[in-house]
Formats: sequence, C-alpha cells, structure tokens
Amino acid sequence: MYKVAVIGDNESICGYAALGLETYPVNSAERGKEILRQMVSSDFVIIYITEALAALISEEIERYQDRSRPALILIPGISGNTGMGKRNVKRSVERAVGSDILDLK
Amino acid sequence: MAKLSVNPTRMQLRILKKKLIVAMRGHKLLKDKRDELMRQFLILVRENNVLRQEVENGIRLANASMAIAGNVMQKQVLDVALMLPKQELQIEMEEKNVMSVLIPSYTIKLKTNNTNDIYSYGYAFTSSELDDAIKALSDVFPQMLRLAEVEKSCQLIAAEIEKTRRRVNALEHVIIPQYQETIKYIKMKLDENERGTITRLMKVKDMILAQAHGYNQ
Repeated sequence: MYKVAVIGDNESICGYAALGLETYPVNSAERGKEILRQMVSSDFVIIYITEALAALISEEIERYQDRSRPALILIPGISGNTGMGKRNVKRSVERAVGSDILDLK
Repeated sequence: MAKLSVNPTRMQLRILKKKLIVAMRGHKLLKDKRDELMRQFLILVRENNVLRQEVENGIRLANASMAIAGNVMQKQVLDVALMLPKQELQIEMEEKNVMSVLIPSYTIKLKTNNTNDIYSYGYAFTSSELDDAIKALSDVFPQMLRLAEVEKSCQLIAAEIEKTRRRVNALEHVIIPQYQETIKYIKMKLDENERGTITRLMKVKDMILAQAHGYNQ
C-alpha cells in the first residue's frame, strides 16, 4: 500500500488534505529537499509539488525522474500557473524525439 | 573508419563474421524497439498535454475559491476545518511492461466510500467558498491521478528512448562499420598471403626444375 503526498506552501496545498492526501507545508528550499528525500525512501508513490517549490529544488527533482517511483508531478500553486509543468512535458519530448514536435498546442 | 586491431587470421575472420551477424540482428531489433517506444510515447505525451491542461484549469478554479475562502474566514478557522481529514487515501501500484519499460498504473483505495467525507468540518463556521474549493479539487483529482500515471510513464519512456537511440546509433555508425572494415582488411590480407604463397611456390618450382634439368623456362 502506497501513499500520496502534496508538498508546497501551506495556502496552496491545505485543500488536498480534505481529499485524504498527506500534506506537508514547506516554505524553504532546504526543508523541501529534506522532506522530499524522506518521502522517496518511505512509501510514497505520487508526490505532487507546487511549481513554486519545484523551481527551487529542480535538480533534486530531476534526480528521481528516471526512477519508477515516486512520480513527482508539478501542480500550479495558489500564486498562479508558471507554465513549468508544461515545460517539463516539453522537455521529455525533446529528450525522446530530439526536438519539440508537439508545438502545435 | 578505424579497424579493430586483430590478427589477420582465418580464426579471427570467422569470429568477426559471427559478431557482425549478431550486431546486425541487434541493430534491427533495437531499431524496432525504438520505433515502437516512440509510437507509445507520442500517444502518451499527447494525452499528457491534454490532461495537464485539464488539471491546471481545475486547480486554478479550486485555488480561486480557496483564495476567497482564505480571505473570508479567519486563518485559524480554516486551519482547524482542514486539520483532521475524514477521508484517507491509499494507492496500489501495478507495473505494466511496455517494451521492457515498467510503466506504473495506480488504483486508489479510499477509507470510506461516502463522497461527502471530503468535507471534514461542520458547515457552521466555514464559508461556502471552502466547500467549492474542496469540491473542485475532488472533481479534478481523478485527472490528477491519471496525469501522474501518464507523466511518469512519459518520463520513463523518454529515458528509455534516449538510451535505445544511442545504442542504435552506436551499432549503426560505429560497431557495424568497424566489423565490416576489419573483415575486409583480414580478407585482403589473407588473399595477399595466398598470392604470396603461390608466387613463392612457382619460384621454387622454377629453381628446382633448373637444378634438375639445367634449363630455364
């Protein structure tokens, strides 16, 4: 049995607690890294991260990209959508194909 | 193209020919693998794009309501309202093998099946915007789950495609030409040796004839 977590600033993530996800309010990059590391070694299989936090700890996130778990998924926070999630999709296309061929959208 | 540094012997030639056949078969297989992975990847990544759009819109709606709720209500009240969730969510993960990439698929297990259990508070002291926010989040959650599945799969497949493409290229542009070059070199060398041997034999024959009968041809 695995669990799902949400990390980010408190205002952005407090709603997810009601759905039964585990929320971890984080307000600094160091704390974010620390919590992420702990989560990876325990049984979290999906971790939603707010884009604002992800921007601060991007190299930490990239490290787990090729592992089969956990899945680190970026979500827009309360401060708005930075487009980072979309950029990540684009990046994986570029990685696989060599160039961004899904430009049409 | 650089040839391998091997002894030009019949033995080596035989070994190299075998290796070349294996390399060519491997190249063909890997190329097929790459093509199939690419097909799967493109299907998934299109879905990923659509899902991401949906999820981001859903979360935006939820966040808008949440922002109002946060302003209408006192922060403490909001925190207390969400402090003890009724619902608990767990996940089971299965792995599906697509061309030797293990892509995840998740199924959720909820503690209670009552859909109203997402509201972890009495409605007396909270604003209706909070209800809206949580409803919006719970509506978008299935998509979020699918997004996690699809996006992770995309990342894993992208990594595998990258690896496979390198292997295909290495075989196609380095290993196979190298083997072919070396095989050609050994063949040439052996042929040259053969010709050398023949001329030597002819020469020796001439010498022996000259010795025995005393004449030159």
